[in-house]
Parts: sequence; C-alpha cells; structure tokens
Amino acid sequence: MKMDGFLEPSLNIIKGMCILDNDGRRIMAKYYDKNVLPTVKEQKTFEKNLFSKTHRANSEIIMLDGLTCVYKSNVDLFFYVMGSTQENELILLSVLNCLYDSISLILKKFVEKKSVMENLEIIMLAFDEICDGGIILDADPASVVKRVGDLRNDELGIGEPTVAQVLQSAREQIKMALLK
Amino acid sequence: MGSFRRDKDDDDEGSTSLYQNLEKTSVLQETRTFNETPVNARKCIQILTKILYLINQGEQLVSREATECFFAMTKLFQSKDIVLRRMVYLGIKELSSIAEDVIIVTSSLTKDMTGKEDLYRAAAIRALCSITDNTMLQAVERYMKQCIVDKNGAVSCAALVSSYKLAGQAGDVVKRWANEAQEALNNDNVMVQYHALGLLYYIRKNDRLAVSKLVNKLSRNSLKSPYALCMLIRISCKLIEEENLSGEELSDFPMFQFVESCLRHKSEMVIYEAAHAIVNFKNTPSRVLSPAFSILQLFCSSPKATLRFAAVRTLNKVAMTHPAAVTTCNLDLEGLITDSNRSVATLAITTLLKTGAESSVERLMKQISSFVAEISDEFKVVVVQAICSLCTKYPRKHTVLMSFLSGMLREEGGLEYKTSIVDTIITIIEENTESKESGLSHLCEFIEDCEHTSLAVRILHLLGKEGPYSNNPSKYIRFIYNRVILENPIVRSAAVSALGQFGASCPTLLGNILVLLNRCQMDPDDEVRDRATYYLHILQTNKMELYKRYIIDRNTSSLILLEKALSDYLNGNFNDKFDLAIVPKAAVVKVETKDEAMIVSNNAVRPTKITREEVSAAKVMQIPGIKELGPLHKTCPTTQLTESETEYTVQCVKHIFESHVVFQFDCLNTLPDVILENVRVEITPPEEFEIKGIIPCQKLPYNELGSCFVILKFPEDVLHSAATFGATLRFTVIDCDPTTGEPDSDVGYSDEYMLEDFEISVADLILKTKKSNFNAIFDEANTEEWVEAEDTFALSTVSTIQEAVNSILKFLGLGPSQNTETVAEGTHTHTLLCSGTFKNGADILLKAKLALADGVTMHLTVKTTEPDVADLVISAIG
Repeated sequence: MKMDGFLEPSLNIIKGMCILDNDGRRIMAKYYDKNVLPTVKEQKTFEKNLFSKTHRANSEIIMLDGLTCVYKSNVDLFFYVMGSTQENELILLSVLNCLYDSISLILKKFVEKKSVMENLEIIMLAFDEICDGGIILDADPASVVKRVGDLRNDELGIGEPTVAQVLQSAREQIKMALLK
Repeated sequence: MGSFRRDKDDDDEGSTSLYQNLEKTSVLQETRTFNETPVNARKCIQILTKILYLINQGEQLVSREATECFFAMTKLFQSKDIVLRRMVYLGIKELSSIAEDVIIVTSSLTKDMTGKEDLYRAAAIRALCSITDNTMLQAVERYMKQCIVDKNGAVSCAALVSSYKLAGQAGDVVKRWANEAQEALNNDNVMVQYHALGLLYYIRKNDRLAVSKLVNKLSRNSLKSPYALCMLIRISCKLIEEENLSGEELSDFPMFQFVESCLRHKSEMVIYEAAHAIVNFKNTPSRVLSPAFSILQLFCSSPKATLRFAAVRTLNKVAMTHPAAVTTCNLDLEGLITDSNRSVATLAITTLLKTGAESSVERLMKQISSFVAEISDEFKVVVVQAICSLCTKYPRKHTVLMSFLSGMLREEGGLEYKTSIVDTIITIIEENTESKESGLSHLCEFIEDCEHTSLAVRILHLLGKEGPYSNNPSKYIRFIYNRVILENPIVRSAAVSALGQFGASCPTLLGNILVLLNRCQMDPDDEVRDRATYYLHILQTNKMELYKRYIIDRNTSSLILLEKALSDYLNGNFNDKFDLAIVPKAAVVKVETKDEAMIVSNNAVRPTKITREEVSAAKVMQIPGIKELGPLHKTCPTTQLTESETEYTVQCVKHIFESHVVFQFDCLNTLPDVILENVRVEITPPEEFEIKGIIPCQKLPYNELGSCFVILKFPEDVLHSAATFGATLRFTVIDCDPTTGEPDSDVGYSDEYMLEDFEISVADLILKTKKSNFNAIFDEANTEEWVEAEDTFALSTVSTIQEAVNSILKFLGLGPSQNTETVAEGTHTHTLLCSGTFKNGADILLKAKLALADGVTMHLTVKTTEPDVADLVISAIG
C-alpha cells in the first residue's frame, strides 16, 4: 500500500508478447504473468479485442484491460508487447523494437506472414532469446540474431518476393524519396 | 472484390499449410520419427515446431501425452544439429510443467551447459532450470556459480536469469550465489549488469543496509545498461520512500541526487524513469520538480506516440499531488486533446479535468462537447468519470454538469456508457440536495425511452427512495406507472416497488397508489402480481410501523454471503430451518473517490467487493453456540495488539451483538522453530462485563494464521458498554525442526506474551447508516418513542470545522448524510447530519451545528429511541 506511486523493483517487466496476422489470428503468443490472462480463452478474447482496436489506428500504443500495449505492424503482421499500466512505456517499446528488428534481420527484411510461417522455428527461438518468463533477456537485435539467426547459414527459405512484399518495398522507397 | 479476396486467402493457405489444420493426435503420432537412427534433423525440427505451435495455439496436452512426447524428444540429443538441439530445449521448457519424470534429461543438459559449444550453453542452462527442483539444485549449484561469472555474456545472463527465477522457490540456495552475482555486476556486457543487479537486489531486498550500500556504490560508477539504471532508480525510490523525508532533506539525500542526475542521461528511457520518479514523490521541492516537468512537457510534443503517452500518463497520475506544476503543462495538454492516439487524447482530457479550476469548468465542458461525438464509448466512459469527480469537487457547478450529462444521456451509446452517466447523476443527486429535482426529472425522461432493463430498474428504485420527499411527488407517479404499462416484467416489478414506496411515504397519494396497485394485481407476471399484493396488503393496514419495517427500511443482507450461506444450507441437512440472522448485514460502504478510475484502465468489472469485516463476520457466525447470541450487529475494523515485527503478532476483531461481544484474535507465529499449542488470549475486563466463554486455537504452526475467541456479555447498564481491556496471550511452546516442521518432542512449556490494551469505544457499538432524506426523518422523529438530548460543547483540541467534523464522525461511528462530512473552505458555520443504529437496534439521529470563533463551538442534538443511548452519545463527546 505504501509503495503506491512506485513499482516494486523487479526483473519481471514483460507481461506478454504476441504476433497476430491480419485477421487477428494468433501466430505466436506468450503471456508471462500467471495473474494476467491466465487461461487461453481469456488470452484469445484479449487478442481479439486488441486487434480490433489497433489494426486500423496506426498509433503505436494503447491501454487495454489494465495493460499497456505497444505495437507495430508490417504488411500482414502485427507485433505486440504488453506490460503493466505502471510500467515505463519506453522499456516496452525497446523490447518491441528488438522483437521486430530481430525478426526483420532473420527474414532479411521480408517481414510477412508467409516467411514467418516458413521459418517458424527460428522465430520461436528468437522469441525465447528476447524474453524469458517476463524477464528481458536481450534487447539488442544484432545479438539476438547472432544467437539464433546464424544457426542456419543462409538456408532461410526466402523464395520469390510476393506481390505484397514488392508493394511494401516500393512504398518504402517512395517514402525514402519523399524524405529526401 | 470478393473473388480477389478469396484468391488471396487461397494463396495464404498454400504457404502456411504446414501449420494449418494440425491435429493433436496425428502430430503426436509423428513423434515416432524421433526414434529413427540416424536422426533426420530437418524432419524432426518440423515436427517439434508443429508441437510447439499447437501448444502455443492453446491446445492442451494431458500429462500422459506430454510425458510420451518428452521421452521421445530425449532421443534427439544424439543429433549434433544446432537448431534441432535448441528446439529440444524449447520443447523441454514447454513440457516441463505437464510431463512427468522430467529430471531424466538433467545429465544431458548439464553436459551441454558445461560443454564447449557456446550456442548450446546459455539455452541449456535455462532449460535445465525449468526442470530442476530444490533437491536437484544442490547438485548443479557448482556449475551455476561458474556460469554466473562466465566470460560469455549470454551464458552469464542465462545463469543469472535462471537463478532469479529459482530464487522464488529455493531462496536459501540462491542466496549463496550472491558473491558471484556481485562479480557479474562488473561485467562489461550491459545485459549481464542488469540481470546481476536484479538478482542481487532480490537476494538482499530484506536487508536494508545492504541494499543502500549497493545503491550508493552503483550510483557512483555509472552503470552502462539503461535497464539497470531504471532498476536502480526504482530501488532508490523505494529506499527514499521509506525514509519519509521532508522536502529539503529530500533534495540533499544522496540517492535522490542520483535520481536527479539521471534526468541528464542520454537514454530517453532513463530520463523518463527519473522524471517519473521525481514527480511521484509527494514532497519534492519545486526547484527539482520543474526540470522534471519540463522533460515531461517536452515529451508531450514528441512525434513518437509512446513518448507522448508516457508523459501524459505521468501527468495524469500526479495531477492531484502537484496540481500547480501540472497546470503549467496545460497548454501542451490542450494540444493533445485532438491527438490521433485515442489513449493519449483521453488521458489529456481527464488530466485537464482533474486540474481544472472552478472558473474553467464551462470552457472545458464546451471543449469536450465539441469532440465527444467522435470518440468511442470506452473513452466516453472515462470522460464521464472525470466529470463525476469534478462534480464532487465543485458542487456549485452542478447545473452546468447536469445539463451536459443529460445531453450525453440522450445520445446514442452502449450500456456501459449509459450506466456510467446514470451513476454520475445519481452521485450528484445523493451529494447535492439542490440538484435533486432536476436530476430526477432527467432520469425520468431517460427511462421513458430506455432499452436497458438494469438501468431502468435502478432508476425506478431511486425514484422510489427519493421521489416521495421531493416538492411535488405526484409528478413522478405518471412516469412510474407508464413503466407498469409498457415494459417487461422485471421493470414492471421494480415500478410496482417504487409505487409501494410512494404509498408508504406520501399519505396524500395513498388513495391513488392503492388504485394503481390494485390494477397491477391483474398483471400476467407472477413476480409483479406478488409484489403488488404484498404492498397493497401492507398499505391497507394503515399502520406506520409496518410501513417502516416492511417497505421503507428493509434491511439488506450482504448478498454474497447470503448466497454462500444458502448454498451451505443446501449441502447440509434440512432439519433445521434456515436462519437469516446468521448472514451479516451489508455494510454501508462509502464510495471511494474515483481518482484511480480517471487513469484509463478499462479493467474488467471487478467482482463485488466483500469487505474484510464481512469475511470475518461470516467466520465468527460458524462458531458453535454463537447463533444463540442473536443476529450480529456489527464487526469492527481490525486493531493491532502487537508491533508488526514481534515473535507473535496478534490482531483483534470485535464482533458486536445485541448483548454480547465476541473478540476474535488472529494470531500469527513468526518463529520457524516452534509450534504453539492451545493458544488463547486472557483478558481482564472491567467488573461489569461477564466472560461467557473462551475458544482457544488448538495449534499454531509457523507462518499460519489461527484464531481464538473470547465471548463476553455486556453490562446491563448501557452507559458502561464502552470499556478498556487488558490482554495476555497464553500458549504452550513446542520446539520443532524449522525445515520440516516436525516437533522435536511431545511436551512443551507454557509461556505468555503481553499484548497491548484495547477498548470498545462508543463508535464500535454503532452501525453507520446513510439516510438520504435526513431532514425529513429528523423532523418526523418527534413522536413519543423518541427521546431528544441536547448539549453545547467548546472543542478545544481542534482548530478548524473540518477537523471537528472528522473527529465527531470518528468518535461516534455515525454515517454522514447529504455530503455534510465535507466542509466548504472559508465558512464559519456548518451543520453536520449523521445517523446510525445502536447495538440494541435503536436509531440514532444526530445534528451538530458548528461555529468557528476562537476554537470550535458545537451544539449537538441527538434523537434516539432509548434515553440511555442518548446519554452515552453525549458522554462520548464530553
């Protein structure tokens, strides 16, 4: 009660991380606090709710059901990192960036559902290297990738770029051109 | 468009078909492949991924399936494929909680953990710790210590994190690794620093001195990891908070200076953590406060939504503690009202509302009404809650706020939104008599066209309670009777009950009400007919005391406990009749100010709260013999009878019955090496009290809460009911083994322990009630059964009227009515209205007129149905 304004110092920072596809279906999800969304049913309802609130608004952060969620999307994927509403949002954001950048490095920038599914085992390992039981294990994408990405020596099955990927990279290029 | 969409889906299916429509049983069958030699790594990785994917999708494995799968997986240790091995670790972690005999892989993992391949080692440690139990831990302790100080960062991190997780269940063992953790703190790797600090703090957190040493040392040689710095700031804050320093002492305190210095760090994360910490201290001097607020202000205009969000959330949180400083950011906050991120916008609005001055209310409401139509229901609810707290703060503004709310009520919106508006209006009506008429008529209009049954029922109930005391009660009858004609059975029954209330409280309308109730007896629904018959029957008797007991003042039992008592009864034998008296009455709970609600957290609706008193009341009612004492009148809040850090801690809960009191002593044994037996509290009561019984607690092992009871009879003379008691804890001590809890011998020795004295005060004997129409009831209480006592006091110990009001309420334990417990600032006179019920059921009404002039003078008028009670109340003040 006395610690009203302050968080109890602890390494357990992350309450959950997930990746959803563009229909809001779960690709990967992990929840680390057994008091927060303890059952699969609650988790799925939460994800559905989260997706419906975030898939259109492109605004990076939302408070939902007593959790602060930072998010990011690309082509047909949505990445989320959840923490307590008292948590330092910038820490959560740094973890989200690490998750996204690591996956982007692993997939050679083709961050979309097809390549995630084709390399699911590596994505799972990366998930595990970033956060273990709610504790941030590593937040540097390069070092995460070093621990999991090198394992396959460029065997990654990246085939022909899909229409979506081409569009995406075209969009990026236009954006860059505009910025100049 | 439709066909294009389908094509796209087909395409998706092609690429992800590997993981679509997976079936648990068939995937588990595939694990047979694991037994093949040589191991086909590629195929096995795929199967393992499928299993993990299934589990992640929410598929549950039963213990047998998990165990089979786990054992199949152990075969894969033969393969040298790195990815496969890593997937096996992942599988081990995932299945370790479901499968049996998981320790079988200990040796394989220990080998990997101490081996040469760095890519195995870190992950192997984490997998190993997920399967280790306390007994196994001793065996791997040596390796863990080595790994913590390993020069490979990943290995060291893995070891530290695993130790941190293990510390929860095997604290004693992990404590021995403190030296290694200390060494790891000097590691160059940033994450190692962070994890080492986390572990060290966890190990030492109960040793204040060690923690402050740690902080002092680390705050000097700047840590490189921003995460570690954030952690260090949090630890410092915890220590500073415990110091309880004043403003000036605070700014000279080294740890605080460290936090302040973090404001100049280069990482935004650390800057924010420090600013957040500084503004959260209640007595930060303004010299330090202003740079922290400037940082938050800067964040408010950041292009990054997360930064804006973080800043506004912090401002919102401290709006009440540092209103002046938050007001300096008002311009930035107003800019954020239209922010594209809805969470940011809502937080900005509510912050503005919190800090808004009385004069700016109109302007703010205008601003809100310009965008309220565009935001989602969820945020509207937050806005309404903010308005609600504004009403409490500025009662004079009720006309503006009420008309705004009624406007919102007429617009489209879901149930939750409407409920919050109705809640707010009801709060305003309850707290502010002037607004009652207009509020009630807004609500009447609303139920004319309300699709939500639950809301209509609540409003009808409110009309029944408040309507009869308004200037023109008859105008509500039409609204209520319309419901009887037009609505569903639930609303109809509520409307009938409301009519009954009018009949009982307004004699002039009785004739009309009887006609209406007569018509309701033709209703097709059973419940509606039953209620109509019930009220008709009572109202036709024309007896005021029946009206009072069965219509106006119906006691409500605590619903949760009633439900529990009934289900217990259904499981028991039906020879005894169910006794409603064993269910405690619902306590009048003061609605807490909703500051917390204003920070946007749309928490799932919390289950109705049972107060702690209600829980212990339910417990005491189960003691054999207690039922004979009659219904429980009141359970008082807990009092501590020991210091909190002594060998035994004892708390006392007083349960008051009509002529008895039951003391419940909750005892806790904090010594791991003894068991207490036959624990009882011996009390020395004043001679007028009579001890009726003592129920000891048979056995009290380490760290368990046990209760013993003492039952006393109150003296006949009410004036002696309040008294002080001395108490001693007596028990038999038996030594035991601290680890197993097995007693060393059968015989113990008796011992005793002095407890602090405690008292039954007048407040303990009185149950708070809340009368919404206090003045009407007070004026009516002039019949024969009522006694009136008056006295005038000069209160020397208090200097303001508010203090006087607080102490009256505290000493007498009465519940205030009509918001008279808050005294407007700057006034010199005030009238406090409060009421309660004495333990013998006598109603107490108290009107205190207070005036301020060289100290507070008070004129007290007490009306009650028992002369002795009036004397007792007066004497409690004297």
